[in-house]
Amino acid sequence: MTDLTTAVDAVAADDAKAENAENAAKAATAVTAATPRLAPTPAQTVGPFFGYALPFPGGGDLVPPGHPGAVTLHGRVLDGAGTPIPDALLEFWQAGPDGSRLGAPGSMRRDETTGGFAGRDGVTFTGFARVATDADGRYALRTFAPAGVPYLSVCLFARGLLHHLFSRAYLTGEPGYAEDALLASLPPARRATLETVRERDGVHRFDIRLQGGEDADGGRYEETVFLDFA
Amino acid sequence: MTAPTQADIDREMRAAGDAYAGRRAAGSAPGEHPARDYPPYRSSELRHPRQPLTVVQDPDAMELSGPVFGAADVTALDADLTAHHIGEPLGERITVQGRVLDRAGRPVAGQLVEVWQANAAGRYAHRRDRHPAPLDPNFTGAGRCLTDDQGRYAFTTVKPGPYPWRNHVNAWRPAHIHFSVFGTAFAQRVVTQMYFPGDPLFAYDPILQSVTDEAARGRLVASYDHGLSVPEFSLGYRWDIVLDGPAATWTEDTP
Repeated sequence: MTDLTTAVDAVAADDAKAENAENAAKAATAVTAATPRLAPTPAQTVGPFFGYALPFPGGGDLVPPGHPGAVTLHGRVLDGAGTPIPDALLEFWQAGPDGSRLGAPGSMRRDETTGGFAGRDGVTFTGFARVATDADGRYALRTFAPAGVPYLSVCLFARGLLHHLFSRAYLTGEPGYAEDALLASLPPARRATLETVRERDGVHRFDIRLQGGEDADGGRYEETVFLDFA
Repeated sequence: MTAPTQADIDREMRAAGDAYAGRRAAGSAPGEHPARDYPPYRSSELRHPRQPLTVVQDPDAMELSGPVFGAADVTALDADLTAHHIGEPLGERITVQGRVLDRAGRPVAGQLVEVWQANAAGRYAHRRDRHPAPLDPNFTGAGRCLTDDQGRYAFTTVKPGPYPWRNHVNAWRPAHIHFSVFGTAFAQRVVTQMYFPGDPLFAYDPILQSVTDEAARGRLVASYDHGLSVPEFSLGYRWDIVLDGPAATWTEDTP
């Protein structure tokens, strides 16, 4: 994959010399998804000051609180010393309870009158959630268990993290939960980091450990499995 | 432990740059993104994984699709950061425009672009930013828009100021605008920072220098575009964003 990318980039550089802008535009529309040509924009850390820009009210309420059948997913984000991270941002993307992967607009509806947020409409399941951790490194969201795939996809941003990380939260014991190829490929201790702890009916805990290490009491803990979709 | 000086950080950044050059000379691929473990950026020490990422090659992965946004998720005024208060903000008014593309060069249409930034004095409207530069009652510094059918976005704002931070003694961030961008797939998600051409602080900044590949660093810097400047109103900058990562299989019907 790496070699392929290098080769393709070299071809792209030659092309850029050889073709005028019009031809390049034609070529860009003709290529397929499997042939990367443009070099990507590098990621940078979200920094400490995203709080007035990215989180929005109801960001973690994919379904209204108290909704029948809702599942609560909550936990902490911890660093390599076991210290809670108070300035992380988590995003979740998931299939709907009907198995739909299309999502829907309306996660962060705006209020035209005030310029503030109007909140979700309480009807549409958008499939997307965004929550910042609090001062204790905690987050919570309320959602439906996804159908068709047994996990919520997670994207983690934080000050100190130069390039975001992807993971998955597999909802242990919920309807539709099943072992999949990724879980099956992992040794037990690693695999356990992707599986939620079912605390009681409809309440799951999912802690994210950005780096493995020892906590203040000398206990070892396992680093969460992070994913690459290259 | 005494706080590191700029000279200490410079030495570490040079070492990381030399190590990267060595790997390139030995035939490794260009580094398109920052390494998550970059010691000159002190906060990365306990906030990066030590284990390699687990590669997922699953055509059925949920991450090959992604969240969608629509007309209700933005207002027209959201893209004009100078219009969010009663008065005009202080500073150099700018327009920032560009396109969001995937690696095949296809426009990413109808997706959400969010920005946030410091004011012209280099202060964020955030209570954790306590450095003694003035807040501007007419500037918050957060905006959003949806890309059009050609993948274009556009913001009107003021040029943010550089600001000090506490990575080391006399650490200053070059002026930048934070960008959060969605692709058609969750795997294409990116949060990054756009810099301004010719900033003298580039060489001193471990966050920008964490991208050890010079060409990749260059892709974080906007270009001044006189054609985007609005007469008697604003100076124009152009910055295109190319999203990494796979998306669901493209078809002729995909816009």
